[in-house]
Amino acid sequence: MEKIPILRMGPFLLVTIQVDLYDRLALNLESDLIEAISKSGAKGVLIDISVVSIVDSFMGRIIGNIASMSKILDAETVVVGMQPAVAITLIELGLPLTGVHTALNVERGMNLLRSKVNLSDYDAEQEEADTDDYSDN
Amino acid sequence: MLSLPSNLHIQMEINIIDALKASQQLILEKWMDNQVGLQSFNGDLISNQEIEEQSAELLTILLKTLNENNLEDLGSSEYDEVIECLSEISVSRAKLGFSPKETGGFISGLRTAIMDVLEAKLSEDLAALYAASKKINNLFDSFSIVTFETFIHGREEVISRQTDEISEISTPVIQVWDGILALPIIGTLDSARTQIVMENLLEAIVETSSSIAILDISGVPAVDSLVAQHLMKTVAATRLMGAECVISGIRPEIAQTIVHLGIDLSNIITKASLAHALKFSFQTLKLEVKRQTPRVI
Repeated sequence: MEKIPILRMGPFLLVTIQVDLYDRLALNLESDLIEAISKSGAKGVLIDISVVSIVDSFMGRIIGNIASMSKILDAETVVVGMQPAVAITLIELGLPLTGVHTALNVERGMNLLRSKVNLSDYDAEQEEADTDDYSDN
Repeated sequence: MLSLPSNLHIQMEINIIDALKASQQLILEKWMDNQVGLQSFNGDLISNQEIEEQSAELLTILLKTLNENNLEDLGSSEYDEVIECLSEISVSRAKLGFSPKETGGFISGLRTAIMDVLEAKLSEDLAALYAASKKINNLFDSFSIVTFETFIHGREEVISRQTDEISEISTPVIQVWDGILALPIIGTLDSARTQIVMENLLEAIVETSSSIAILDISGVPAVDSLVAQHLMKTVAATRLMGAECVISGIRPEIAQTIVHLGIDLSNIITKASLAHALKFSFQTLKLEVKRQTPRVI
């Protein structure tokens, strides 16, 4: 079974979707991602959909869901690299993805995340977590 | 020629057609005279020689097609060639910018020419002349209808082509600054144009990786709820792409209309003019435009 990798990069989680998402895969991504956020205490999620060329209402809803769930777990979501055709489709479907931050490319998405997240909070927590790790060892 | 008994009418019709065929050159000359004489003829649009060629072609085809059987049967498929030739001429004239009067005069000139010839031939038999003229008139009435239909069709083609051209040239996307796009919209916004505007804008955003797009609607004559919805769609799509969209150039009467219609634009950034929108864009991108201070030597 295919899986979409979720990469951890400091306080952020990075997801690049490089295949066309079918429903099962999207649902798995949703649960995996939420799991990963709660486990790592990530402050931001960046989803790169620059190679996704087909979306339907279900996909739109999944992205919206991920954003709302992350928000509850205190993480911001940024969707980057949406193709024009995809954007038009989502608007025509009546899914303006309110609550999701968007950016043109990964670089700007990371900048946006950094500006949204108060990193000093994270550093403190991170150190705590790290010391916890050490104490486990 | 002696007057013919009425039971010989069939015989007579052959005579009419033969007579017309025999005097083809005469008809053509008369027709040309009619066209040049009667119409407020515009020599700039088409040369006399071209008209003569078209007329001769149509006349030849018509006389070749005419026979005693189809003279009364106007729906006959034998007229297809004539109608095709006539349509071609009519459409070409519509495209050249002839007036309907001039185009109508083209076909009615031929009728007059044919009637003149018939009158000369049948001056002694009024009943035959009446019968022949009735048939010719019917025939030419149907030709006139074809002429007008195709003329209007030609005009409509011109109009739809112009509409396409207008919508193509009136949606340019301009890069006013590094990272700032401007899109001045001129003319009415309908669904089809919004689609073009949106596609062009989004493509340009990807291409130039701009983060702000300014939609200037100072050239939009009226905004109703549909147009407002289109604008909001464009703004939302731009936002999905990860860029910000600013609407500028809202004229006071349009602002009034929008509020009276109860359209909520509160989640859209609006600026009074393109200059204000540009200023806002500079602020967002943390750019600064400064007057040069004169250097003290």
